[in-house]
Amino acid sequence: MDNRLDKIVQVLREQAGATFEESRGEVHVFINPPQIADVLSFLRDQHEFSLLSALTAVDYWPQENPRFHVIYQLTSLTQNLSIQLRIPVNAAQLKVPTATGVFAMANWREREVMDMFGIEFEGHPDPRRILMPPDWEGHPLRKDYPLGYEEPQFTFNFEEIDVRKPYAKE
Amino acid sequence: MADYQLEEIPVGPYRHLVSERAISGETMLLNMGPQHPSTHGVLRLLLELDGEVIINCIPDIGYLHTGIEKNMEAKTFIKAEVMCDRLDYMNPLGNNLAYCLAVEKLVELDVPPRAQALRVILVELQRIASHLVWLGTFGLDLAAMSVFLYCFRERERILDIFEMVSGQRMMTTYIRPGGLWRDVPVEFEAAVRKIMQIMPARIDEYEALLTKNPLLLDRTTKIGLLSKEIALSYGVTGPMLRASGVDWDLRKARPYMGYEQYDFRVPTREEGDTLARYYVRVQEMRESLKIIEQALAKLPMGPVQSNNRKFVPPPRSELGTSMEALIHHFKLWTEGFVAPRASVYSAVESPRGELGVYLEGDGGPKPYRVFWRTPSFDNLAVISVITKGHLVADLIAILASVDIVLGDIDR
Repeated sequence: MDNRLDKIVQVLREQAGATFEESRGEVHVFINPPQIADVLSFLRDQHEFSLLSALTAVDYWPQENPRFHVIYQLTSLTQNLSIQLRIPVNAAQLKVPTATGVFAMANWREREVMDMFGIEFEGHPDPRRILMPPDWEGHPLRKDYPLGYEEPQFTFNFEEIDVRKPYAKE
Repeated sequence: MADYQLEEIPVGPYRHLVSERAISGETMLLNMGPQHPSTHGVLRLLLELDGEVIINCIPDIGYLHTGIEKNMEAKTFIKAEVMCDRLDYMNPLGNNLAYCLAVEKLVELDVPPRAQALRVILVELQRIASHLVWLGTFGLDLAAMSVFLYCFRERERILDIFEMVSGQRMMTTYIRPGGLWRDVPVEFEAAVRKIMQIMPARIDEYEALLTKNPLLLDRTTKIGLLSKEIALSYGVTGPMLRASGVDWDLRKARPYMGYEQYDFRVPTREEGDTLARYYVRVQEMRESLKIIEQALAKLPMGPVQSNNRKFVPPPRSELGTSMEALIHHFKLWTEGFVAPRASVYSAVESPRGELGVYLEGDGGPKPYRVFWRTPSFDNLAVISVITKGHLVADLIAILASVDIVLGDIDR
């Protein structure tokens, strides 16, 4: 691990009780949900991680505890370093504090995670769905959400499918 | 048609985004798109206007959402690659490269030097093709029709090369994990050299039409100012970030595929306006030509695929003579290769910015999670900030300068 990253990880371990793992040259730091905004602003203000490159989530269903990981990929342009923060989110409490106050980029990406995984970001200024239609039910990127397909309508099953087929109204 | 009435936009869902004056009817809410020629696809913008001045601009995306990430999770690593061509349809080879680099990082696979050099040549050609489309549509949006036709003429030559190497103009899937699909044909080098020969003069021609054109200067100077701080906070990358004075290019900062051996400049501008973005992209085309020239000059000979048979299918000629090759072929095209339980994030510099792939394996042959950090998505988000206080006509210029691709945004 890079010396500069090593120092940052040590501070996070002492102050935020973070754990970390290293794989394929990347540093993943696990922190608790309530601390995310503080850790992000600490990294941005004191260690020049000025770009939040990516914000996404992974679903580990059927595992419940934690069910999701919310992932923040940070980049420091001046030091040319990357660090990944991961927040475990339990199925019982799908809530993470928002990071929009620190990085404006989090606004749309958090909406995307909310839309696709159903994780609520507390204090988000604009909690609407972003990619799916507003009246959509379910969260498509969850592992318990089927990929879905449409059953082909042939002569032998025409009636059966016709009964439950949604047609556009007028 | 007599009893047809204009339907008012329900303000409910946008209540917290528009000002009080929109509720009282003092300002007007206007719907732009999703089917509008200057939105470059299916993008809907909800504008709050005071006369012709934009108070608020609320982008509404998702019309082209096709669930590419979900679909990729249901396919093997090799088969999932065809999905990524459809993301950013102006940059399919760049998407292939981003995906393959992530897969190669995940399974720790090496790529032979010839494949690396060819990848660089193809991706830089793709960058030029993408910037040509951008330049053409940028001119078109500012009412310069002829530039559009010239740009597409040259782009067609580049797409001809892609057709020559892969059989497809756009959805190439030519760059594969471990190398390339196959070696380039013998005519490839001459065709690329032909482009190298004509392009510099053609770029001069576009510049002669646009750079000092008073109409263009009037409509772009000091329009859509984007400061360094706002750009970084919004995660804006690529030419937009460099036009705001931040010297950040992943090809320089974190060289992949041997970019460190090539001598090129990263064009930056300090102004951060629409004109600066135009300058940066035009200069980038010239730099890409330099990279192609150097890569072509020292193009090494040798294989274009890794010879690790656990990940790369054996050549067709071996199948008739080697039992082992047949087994590998069968295993790779039915089950696919297995990736370890790990995750990687790898990013490349696409024509629009940082194109990142988060890839997670679960010990099986399918990606457990693929996340595309697509640059247009974050670049578009900043539009609500940089259009404030401008006229509707300027919005068209700003939107054109962002260089959005809706396939890239909606995934």
